[in-house]
Amino acid sequence: MMSHKLVRGALWAAIAIAGAAAMGGIALNRGESINALWFVVAAVCTYLIGYRFYSGWIAARVCRLDATRATPAERLDNGRDFMPTHRSIVFGHHFAAIAGAGPLVGPTLAAQFGYLPGTLWLLVGAVLAGCVQDMLVLFCSTRRDGKSLAHLARDELGKVGASAAMVGTLFIMVILMAVLALVVVKAMAHSAWSTATVFATIPIAVLVGIYLRMLRPGRVLEATAIGVALLLLAVAAGGWVDRDPALHAWFDLDAKTLAGFVIGYGFVAAILPVWLLLAPRDYLSTFVKLGVVFLLAIAICVLQPEIRMPALTRFVDGTGPIFTGKLFPFLFIMLACGAISGFHALVASGTTPKLISRETDVRMVGYGSMALESFVAIMALIAACVLDPGVYFAINTAAGIVGADPATATATITAWGFPVDAAQMQSLAQHMGETTLYGRTGGAPSLAVGMAHIFGSAFGDGLYAIWYHFAIMFEAIFILTVLDAGTRVGRFMMQDVLGAVWEPLGRTSWNPSAWASSILVVLGWGYFLYIGVIDPNGGINILWPLFGMANQMLAAIALAVVTAIFVKSGRLRHAWVPGAPLAWLVTVTTVGAWQKITSDDPRLGFFAGARDLADKLAAGLLPPERMAVAPKLIFNQQLDGWLTLFFLLVVWVIVADMLRGCLEHLSGRRPARSTETPYVATQLT
Amino acid sequence: MAKGWRRFWAAFRAVTGDDAYERYVAHHQTRHPESAPLDRGAFYASELDRRWKQVSRCC
Repeated sequence: MMSHKLVRGALWAAIAIAGAAAMGGIALNRGESINALWFVVAAVCTYLIGYRFYSGWIAARVCRLDATRATPAERLDNGRDFMPTHRSIVFGHHFAAIAGAGPLVGPTLAAQFGYLPGTLWLLVGAVLAGCVQDMLVLFCSTRRDGKSLAHLARDELGKVGASAAMVGTLFIMVILMAVLALVVVKAMAHSAWSTATVFATIPIAVLVGIYLRMLRPGRVLEATAIGVALLLLAVAAGGWVDRDPALHAWFDLDAKTLAGFVIGYGFVAAILPVWLLLAPRDYLSTFVKLGVVFLLAIAICVLQPEIRMPALTRFVDGTGPIFTGKLFPFLFIMLACGAISGFHALVASGTTPKLISRETDVRMVGYGSMALESFVAIMALIAACVLDPGVYFAINTAAGIVGADPATATATITAWGFPVDAAQMQSLAQHMGETTLYGRTGGAPSLAVGMAHIFGSAFGDGLYAIWYHFAIMFEAIFILTVLDAGTRVGRFMMQDVLGAVWEPLGRTSWNPSAWASSILVVLGWGYFLYIGVIDPNGGINILWPLFGMANQMLAAIALAVVTAIFVKSGRLRHAWVPGAPLAWLVTVTTVGAWQKITSDDPRLGFFAGARDLADKLAAGLLPPERMAVAPKLIFNQQLDGWLTLFFLLVVWVIVADMLRGCLEHLSGRRPARSTETPYVATQLT
Repeated sequence: MAKGWRRFWAAFRAVTGDDAYERYVAHHQTRHPESAPLDRGAFYASELDRRWKQVSRCC
């Protein structure tokens, strides 16, 4: 017994030492290049320590998880949405639900600060904030019959906080879908291979959908095997399309046309029955996503690529070409989902709590799956940092900033201290089967180049072009899934809001209302997508910070609800566990939003950007093609400014509501009232 | 070896949801023996409806 304890103690000490050594190696390494394996070691050790000790302490002392307490899945078991499920299955479902494109794109963009800031915040943020949020929301919802975040907010904060949370969520979804759609459009623009492959995923999904519904209902593995084989064929077939001049011309489309396609697609997908397109696409994207994450981890361990990016770049001062803003607060806003994501709170208070069979599973499902998501983000960061920094900036910087002509662009980037030349970029593009890689903003192409680099070298003989387009297809399919699913959920939310105005509009099965609200949602994100496409600075510079702030604010809303619950349910002593990340998020988003609203720097402040453009327009300083779009861009920057202000107000209304409620409770003016469902002993063995 | 493979396959089917219908039927028979379970097609349709009515995918 004693020796057993000693061995375990020694094991954890070894993990702690390995993690600290790797972290120290990453943080203190200067000058010479560093191996990517260090990042993997540092990350895995950090998650293990965080999981073993912090989440263990939260489970035992803060939440006081009770394995003898019957969960909603057991008490309300209906064999459908409420159903006790083995924890590894719940873990799989929950992870598949939370892992999306966010943790791939955010770290890629944030790599402009160097590899160190991103790595540190991904690890520290996940262990102390992101995983904690997911676990606590899941816990609170599980103790309350699996209620949704909006419902919890209504119970704990009152009407004002709850309506703010609901409207805020809807707006956040619109921005989220716009920015993800922009990422796909930017990846497909003028790339016949990518476009043909991504388009081919649609009939493939429909085929799989028909198989799953009509031919062999629910045989997920058979259908997925067929679908994945067809997807791989589509990647290869894209190459044939690309090499055939006539077909090439068909699929060589500009960003505006593609945006039109994506908007139309979003609308059609949202009103089609889910079995035809949405559900089969989701099966495929989940399989491909998990497969790629797994392969990437193996490839990084096999290849052990060198990190080329410096630890810190000069752009920590806020002059970055990919997005403007200083390290604080923008690192914490741009990294988004890999460290903490408010969207997870919606899943953790949605399907997942209804499946938890034992309350103690909350720890593994909530904390564990977020740790894994953070690991995905670390791999995306590695993929961005194994590129030559000069190449990384050439791919990710918009033509509006470095110039459209290769010689000018490479000269500008080289002058920043990141040497790159036109011949190198030309040969890289040729290797990847693309005509050009300049100004391919949005993060997807640079991630795909990084992944092609890693896969191509690890698994031999360098089929770079195939790997590149496979990576693009991989990102595109689950972004399109988010567009379908998001438009659909946005439609339900919209109908919820509209139903309060006129009752028939709230009926989800009434077609005119379903169509009208789908159109509203699609037009909402379609507008921001369109503006992002016509913006010569790439659009990402504007949209991603907006999304990052919105997402972190949603996390703040979720943590505010959890903090209120803790204070009111006799967990005041531990209210800092959700309270500290809440305070940090409110600080970061408030400072970030304030700078986006008030800064005089036209690249940072929305209103300043609008003023600057208006002045240039009036003075006739703009080239003719920019002249035409300038009025739209001016209006959009102003709209973004007001939207940011609105987000900021929503968060502060909720925080104020939370503080008021807590103070009333603490001063004894309002008696303690537990909103938990009463204890029932479990019958499960 | 064969046993190990069978266990892996069972776990794989469970995680991917391939055996969802079998699990549903088994569950239904123990908990609600008085009523007949849905057939494969109807169960699949109801599962999709349940899953996609709420936020089930993140960014």
